[in-house]
Amino acid sequence: MKRLTVEEMLAFNKYVVDDEANHITLNRELCAACQNKACVYVCPAGLYTLKDGEINFDDAGCLECGTCRVICPQAISWQYPRGSFGVIYRYG
Amino acid sequence: MAEDKFTAIVVGAGPAGSTAAYLLAREGLDVLLIEKGDTPGSKNMFGGRMYSYALNRIMPDFWEEAPLERPVAREIITLMDDEKSVSVTYRDENWLHPPYHSWVLLRADFDAWLASKAEEAGALLACNILVDDVVWDGDRIVGIQAGDDQLLADVVICADGANSLLTEKAGLRNRLLPHQVATGFKQVIELPPETINQRFQLNGSEGVAQLFAGSCTRGMQGGGFLYTNKNSISLGLVIKSSDLQHNQYYPAELLEDFKAHPTIAPLVADGREAEYSAHLVPEAGLEMAPRLFGSGILAAGDAAGLVINLGYLVRGMDLAIASGEAAARTVIQARTNNDFSAEGLSIYQQFLQETAVLTAMETYRQAPRFLDNRRLYEVYPALATGLLSRMFTVDETSPVHLMTKALNELKKNEMGLTRLIGDAWKGGRSL
Repeated sequence: MKRLTVEEMLAFNKYVVDDEANHITLNRELCAACQNKACVYVCPAGLYTLKDGEINFDDAGCLECGTCRVICPQAISWQYPRGSFGVIYRYG
Repeated sequence: MAEDKFTAIVVGAGPAGSTAAYLLAREGLDVLLIEKGDTPGSKNMFGGRMYSYALNRIMPDFWEEAPLERPVAREIITLMDDEKSVSVTYRDENWLHPPYHSWVLLRADFDAWLASKAEEAGALLACNILVDDVVWDGDRIVGIQAGDDQLLADVVICADGANSLLTEKAGLRNRLLPHQVATGFKQVIELPPETINQRFQLNGSEGVAQLFAGSCTRGMQGGGFLYTNKNSISLGLVIKSSDLQHNQYYPAELLEDFKAHPTIAPLVADGREAEYSAHLVPEAGLEMAPRLFGSGILAAGDAAGLVINLGYLVRGMDLAIASGEAAARTVIQARTNNDFSAEGLSIYQQFLQETAVLTAMETYRQAPRFLDNRRLYEVYPALATGLLSRMFTVDETSPVHLMTKALNELKKNEMGLTRLIGDAWKGGRSL
């Protein structure tokens, strides 16, 4: 089978994207000072990427697992999406 | 205000919450079941299998109407390195007759169905509502806050899953720590039922549950899983979150590597990926369990950390359902006594014992500690595949006896017999 990128994997899913509110926000100062940037390597959705040494992040595509919240309570402020928004699993 | 007060507000329409709501509604109590998803189940995922006994106790013969995929007929445990794999297979015909031992299922359908049973029994189901916080009156919890709305109840049941924000806000537990949870992620891959039956040697509607350990997690604590649905395969990995944190692998790439492994590739070939999902798994057992109750509040299911992972067997949904039952019995008792204080709700412990939830958690208390051993994910899979390779490979070199092969393989993996026996002893006593 063709090897999939994480973007292709996320494209199988159904989402209702919340254009008005982010459910995950980062403390950019802490992120800039962070050495290991583990968020990049724990997110199953690959939403944390490195661009010129800085964290690039968008919560659209989030699978709402909460792993980033658990590994980085310092810089990551995490809520579930507002009611009716976010991922909608059709299989689960 | 009084007329708007519920006996119980259940937060989360998963297996624990819907079971509790169903049983409470059946007793004629006013129950509000709140779900943040568009429909119950739409935010939920798991590996793939539910042990039947817990639901069968509450809804006898549930399989006659529940949306289920396949009853498990075969268990397979596979140890693997990048080129080799060793499997143990167990098949049991008894599991294909009532009370079917376990079922592969998909949560979107199943959870929606279970919540509909609660609704039919008289529970009020409210979807698309995110509960932000609990409402306090002094030191007791008297309801929930969702946006601008405050809803009051004698008791709140937190059944909001592994990543439960509510149990934290209610002061039942501290933040989850990375070593207490694992991250599970999977793809659902569609295939025709006949193809699935041929590839997995299955008859008719029966299914298989397969767990993997070894190179699929690159030495990190965890493993792979595969469950056969009717028209698809659930294939995924579960890896301790602290291990993901301290390594530099990408979960999605690990899953694609796993899919491409020579043992897996022919099983999923020509399939069509239909979904990619992820979820936390509370894996630290009783060590991470929150306080299970407080004044005006109970925690059930994943939110209460009720998961048992033995490496060769994983239990979550059965404990969720059984704890939902225990929570309902607690509320019914508390209402009879008109005492929803922490003391009044403390009988929850006893009901959790009676439904064998806490006794099981207690039996396997040491399992998380035993499983926190890198040898299980690196050395032993390599030992097993290496030994079998020595057994089955014939070449021009002078052969040696089996015992020598085994000792050579141990030496190659820098393993002493004492350590092997020590691990076996600990495993035997904790799993």
